[in-house]
Amino acid sequence: MDSFKALFVDDEVEFLDTLVKRMKRRNIQATGVGSAEEALSFIETNPVDVVVLDVKMPGMDGIEALREIKRRHPLTEVIMLTGHANVEVAIQGMELGAFDYLMKPMDIDELIYKLQDAYKKKYVHEDKIRRMTRGDK
Amino acid sequence: MRGSLKELGVYYRNLTRNMVLLITFVSITPMILVSGLILFQFHTSFQEKVHAHLTTLVKKHKQNIDTFLKERLADIRQLARTFTFEELSNESFLQDRLATLQDEFGPVFVDLGVVNARGLQVAYAGPFKLGMALYSTADWFQRAMKSNAFISDVFLGLRGLPHFIVAVRENWRGDPWILRATIDFVAFNNLVEHIRIGETGFAFILNRNGEFQTKPFQEIVPGKGPYLELLRSDNSAGERPVSIGRMTGEAGVKNIFVASPLKEGDWLLVYQQKVSDAFSDFERSLRVTMVVLLLGLIAIVTTAFLLSRRMVGRIAKADREKHMMNEQVVETGKLASVGELAAGIAHEINNPVAIMVEEAGWIEDLLEEEDFKDGANLKEFRRALNQIRTQGKRCKEITHKLLSFARKTDERVQEFRIDEAIQEIVALSAQRAKYSNVTVKLNLSEDLPNVRLSQAELQQVLLNLINNALDAMEKQGGSLEISSREEEGILMIEVADNGPGIPAANLGRIFDPFFTTKPVGKGTGLGLSICYGIVKKLGGDIEVASTVGVGTTFRIKIPLEMIKAQGSLNGKGE
Repeated sequence: MDSFKALFVDDEVEFLDTLVKRMKRRNIQATGVGSAEEALSFIETNPVDVVVLDVKMPGMDGIEALREIKRRHPLTEVIMLTGHANVEVAIQGMELGAFDYLMKPMDIDELIYKLQDAYKKKYVHEDKIRRMTRGDK
Repeated sequence: MRGSLKELGVYYRNLTRNMVLLITFVSITPMILVSGLILFQFHTSFQEKVHAHLTTLVKKHKQNIDTFLKERLADIRQLARTFTFEELSNESFLQDRLATLQDEFGPVFVDLGVVNARGLQVAYAGPFKLGMALYSTADWFQRAMKSNAFISDVFLGLRGLPHFIVAVRENWRGDPWILRATIDFVAFNNLVEHIRIGETGFAFILNRNGEFQTKPFQEIVPGKGPYLELLRSDNSAGERPVSIGRMTGEAGVKNIFVASPLKEGDWLLVYQQKVSDAFSDFERSLRVTMVVLLLGLIAIVTTAFLLSRRMVGRIAKADREKHMMNEQVVETGKLASVGELAAGIAHEINNPVAIMVEEAGWIEDLLEEEDFKDGANLKEFRRALNQIRTQGKRCKEITHKLLSFARKTDERVQEFRIDEAIQEIVALSAQRAKYSNVTVKLNLSEDLPNVRLSQAELQQVLLNLINNALDAMEKQGGSLEISSREEEGILMIEVADNGPGIPAANLGRIFDPFFTTKPVGKGTGLGLSICYGIVKKLGGDIEVASTVGVGTTFRIKIPLEMIKAQGSLNGKGE
């Protein structure tokens, strides 16, 4: 479980590029896309473990994307990035099944911890399902 | 501000004055009109009554006097017709006749005399020695000779005493002779003297020349005033038996007089009384009315004054409250526009800052590479990047606070449970509390009714208070207790910490916008003013109690009446 796939969704390309570079440096298979729509189509073809989602984006916003991702890929964990301490959005996101939320600009280490926690949760979850299905056979 | 206060003072004074004047005018005008009307009517009818009374009085006495004179004349004529000139010329017989008359009528007849055609008194009976007196030149004699009966004016005559004469003319053998009698002045005087009303009412008789025929009760000057005119006019027009008028006496005293002609216009019976005396009853009631009116006036003015002052006081208070409210609204509006501006800037700054911080982080990452490991300035690079990260965080703090201040909190009113809302917000802060080594205790009443208000707003308030408490206890840790309960219809939510407390000097300002004690860049000074604004908007109040070294307690008080869920049909809403 040392390396996992993460998808970063943000409309700020400069921010996204640097973030992806830094993640890759930390041995995370990171990819960046510029919109929620792109993210959804990307996940269809390349399943990922954790999605880091900016809440405020043109077009489909983070909350909608979260709802969609959770509907299509219930096991994929989502971490929300918010522009500011917006309680309602945070609470709404948590209610919709987001793993956690972080405020921009965030500390890289904090983000790494959250990513690892989210992946761990997903891994444990998947492991459980795998064992259950194997047991059935 | 002071100037406008002074203007306001003038305004309220004018308002008071106008109200006093209006109330007084509206109350007094009908009072005075009605009283005046009634008084006028009363005065008119009273005057009519007095006049009628006096007229009757004078008429009666005029009749009495006329009758008296006619009877005396008739008595004498009877005497002259019954007996002959010869018989009466006998003085002892005449003496007997006088005694008979005096027996019958009292001392009205003073004496009797028989005068022949030449004016010589041939016989006389009476107390004076007037036998053989010659009257040929006397006025009464000449006039008596012309008519067959005559009553003279009062005169002194030969005897030197006031008296008047009743004379009848008869013929004896072709020659006229006269029987005359003297009427006692005192007896005649009695007829008018007892006409006395009030203190100043009295009667007297005047002759054609304005000379007194009776002794007046008071010294008056009959030659002046209207009596002579009355005498003259009455002479020609005798159809007006009684006339009433007013005259001003010498000392400016107003008198009422009632006059009636006597003796076919020769004499005038006059009754005179001071107006003030005649109308004393009226004047008494006038005085009473005036006192009542005056008291009423004082009462009205006092009431109007007190009432107006109290009302204007209320108005002034309402105005002040309105003014304060306006100021608050303006303040709120100002804050809102400041907030909107700040939000715009914060949003724009946030993203570039995020990129800068990321880029700095990326450089830091790259510095880990072997190529740079031995670089001479590696330490400086590290320090500079660290600084960039620190300042980036600082920017973040500021923009986050500004955004949360400016952000339109969800104002949708919804029904929810207070304890659940508090638990939710505490859960959000639980992670931070753990890092700050703060234990959170909840003491929530589950019996609170459901409330209807914006949940987001209430949570915003609580989040700000909790964040402040956690900030305060960041260094040494502590405990945070959040409790909710109902007290006399008021919802109380307390957020109490045992942090370092707020110095008394700052307590009064903590709700002011942009007031902060946090180091520069750490706080915006908006958190508590947001709380204050929200709680006030909900109709509640927020209080703070703090002791340095012991802790701080924020207490939110909102009357449940204002926020209680209306349709509690399904009980307390499980």
